[in-house]
Amino acid sequence: MNLTLNDEQTILKHGAHAFFKERMPVKQLRELRDRDDNNGFDAALWREMANLGWAGILIPEEHGGAGFGYKGMGQVMEEAGRMLAASPLASAALIAAPLLLATGSEAQKNKFLPGLAAGELLIALAHDEAPRHAPTRIATKVDKRGPGFVLNGCKTFVVDGHVAAQLIVVARSSGARDAREGISLFLVDAKARGVQCTRTRMVDNRNAAQISFDNVELGAEALLGRLNEAYGPLEKVLDGARAALAAEMLGTGTEAFERTVAYLKLRRQFGVVIGSFQALKHRAALMFCELELTRSAVLGALDALDSGVKDSAALCSLAKAKACDMLELISAEAVQLHGGIGMTDAEEIGFFLKRARVAQQWLGDASFHRDRYANLLGF
Amino acid sequence: MSSLDDFRGETHAWLEANCPASMRTPMPEDERVWGGREPRFKNPDSKLWLERAVARGWTVPGWPKAYGGGGLNNEELQVLKEEMQRLGCRPPLFSFGIGMLGPVLLKYGNEEQKLTHLPPIARGEIRWCQGYSEPGAGSDLASLATRAEDQGDHWLVNGQKIWTSYANYADWIFCLVRTDTSTKQGGISFLLFDMTSAGVETRPIALISGASVFCETFLTNVQVPKGNLVGRLHGGWDIAKELLQHERGMISEIGRAIGGIVPDVDVVAKRYLGDADGRIGDPVLRDAIARHVMDDRAFGLTLRRAGQESGAGAANGGVSSMFKYFGTEQNKRKFELILKCAGTNALGWQGDGFSDEELTLCRTWLRSKGNSIEGGTSEIQLNVIAKRVLGLPD
Repeated sequence: MNLTLNDEQTILKHGAHAFFKERMPVKQLRELRDRDDNNGFDAALWREMANLGWAGILIPEEHGGAGFGYKGMGQVMEEAGRMLAASPLASAALIAAPLLLATGSEAQKNKFLPGLAAGELLIALAHDEAPRHAPTRIATKVDKRGPGFVLNGCKTFVVDGHVAAQLIVVARSSGARDAREGISLFLVDAKARGVQCTRTRMVDNRNAAQISFDNVELGAEALLGRLNEAYGPLEKVLDGARAALAAEMLGTGTEAFERTVAYLKLRRQFGVVIGSFQALKHRAALMFCELELTRSAVLGALDALDSGVKDSAALCSLAKAKACDMLELISAEAVQLHGGIGMTDAEEIGFFLKRARVAQQWLGDASFHRDRYANLLGF
Repeated sequence: MSSLDDFRGETHAWLEANCPASMRTPMPEDERVWGGREPRFKNPDSKLWLERAVARGWTVPGWPKAYGGGGLNNEELQVLKEEMQRLGCRPPLFSFGIGMLGPVLLKYGNEEQKLTHLPPIARGEIRWCQGYSEPGAGSDLASLATRAEDQGDHWLVNGQKIWTSYANYADWIFCLVRTDTSTKQGGISFLLFDMTSAGVETRPIALISGASVFCETFLTNVQVPKGNLVGRLHGGWDIAKELLQHERGMISEIGRAIGGIVPDVDVVAKRYLGDADGRIGDPVLRDAIARHVMDDRAFGLTLRRAGQESGAGAANGGVSSMFKYFGTEQNKRKFELILKCAGTNALGWQGDGFSDEELTLCRTWLRSKGNSIEGGTSEIQLNVIAKRVLGLPD
């Protein structure tokens, strides 16, 4: 296992760092919020990101992608996380593209992947049905009708669901609630009859959607992958997304931590900088340890995904769990250590706290992943 | 095939051929080999394993061959470590000479000192102890008061050291002494002397675990040859701090080696709490255990990453402090979790009604409390991280 970056990945990271710092600083997220942007991200900037190859970063070159792999992707996500950059990068590049790659027919890949890689087409995964991530708890039902299918159900927290042209819907085609078997994937046009989408403005100023499907009629070609057997490949893609999301959270935590340490060196009380107080030093040192552990867990997961080792699932849960705990701690401490100024909207540190909690919930929080890790390791 | 692959192949083959089978099992504490003038080998295979390792320079694989080492570079060291882990090979020799004194002697010692002291350390012939802490100088180590006075042809040493690990078994001591009382850190020197010198007395200290691994060491008019001063006169503090980094690394390594004889937390949990469909019976403890096991894994990955990033060795004081802090706190948490799972079965002190393993667990739990005190307390490690890594002011 290699836990360091090669030259190509280092260059990618530096490039992403400069891009997000110059083009998408936290200020830009504030502007999106203040004008209640319909998309929740800046379409022109998303095109710039796509032009850098990031929308297709996991897509092989023959389908128009950059083929950098998960470790490369993780570097871009980490740098995006530092600036809280709002974009459909995760839903498009981390979920839709690899899911199509893993399950799509040649016709489906040829139809959708080039548009995804170019950043022109957005596809969102409609998966969760409950407020907490429960990936096999699927009640949305699909029934055979003629040569095709009919879809009924409700989805919540569909990230970028309000702007996506296509939805990949996780539906139950057979089996009991919570069963891994009997889950299928369907490509559904967001404008199809019976699809109703309600934009949900989240506390991190990004957008998701609640989407209901009322007797939506689907052709046979809407089926993505094998009927009843989609959970295996879906879970693999979710794991990749969890690792890359953990990388984003690592960036968010690193930036919030660095800003907080800088503030400790600046703010004076009792005639000295508050960073000279041992009680605060120790809290900062503890956060540093958690960041270092998270970085190792994230690199371990990304490396495992690229090299295809057997227990990559456990490593992905490790990375997401550590990232969740680290970021819960650091984002809350960051506000506390900024004092009153940390509670103001004018100071940016509050944006980190808000993004932290949404990212924690997305794709499973720490207790979800501890339970999963224990299951995977047999205890 | 690269030369490193060749080296891996040769190393694997040599270990297979030379490391006795009983040396590839988890090591009970009383089978550790410390060497010295009167070495003890509870298991005869450990003597054989030591001799073979010595002949190849692999008790100190990274030291130059001229001083009894193996002359391996960082990549080769990493390969050797990995291959030893893969086969479960025990370290052939435990030694403060290897883990603490050697690295600073290589850097600060003169040629005569290196040739005198390093080869016997490599061969396990001289056992060293560490004269650092004093009754009035613990976390504030630089306030130490043991004095060394220049008597022309020798140093005259007077004072008291405490928490001197295994001083009662040690042949030599590396000792911090005050050679100038007008300044604090700048008045400390680094001195080596034979524990059989007149005026050296050691007294073991009974600990809460019932063991006595630490001693009080009394130094009364001990005469030390002038040539035994390492580095500059009054320049001992820099050596002392650097040695502490190696010590911190060694404590986390030994901690992991000891881990081998203590069962995994999840195994203990299933044994005492039962399991339902393969899950630990108590959901609250299961979550706590998962957190612990996952932190262990993340910590292991962090050690590995540090090794890959820097080659090997304790390069950065802040990083070795992080390892010392997290590794020892993690070890304490492990024993507290085991206690919770095993309940009163892990709280037996001696005699009937408990398995040997349960009695050992209780003693080892008590011993673990010292991990975050010795070698610089957890609080001191956090201070070091805050200062050296984060740049927070005093």
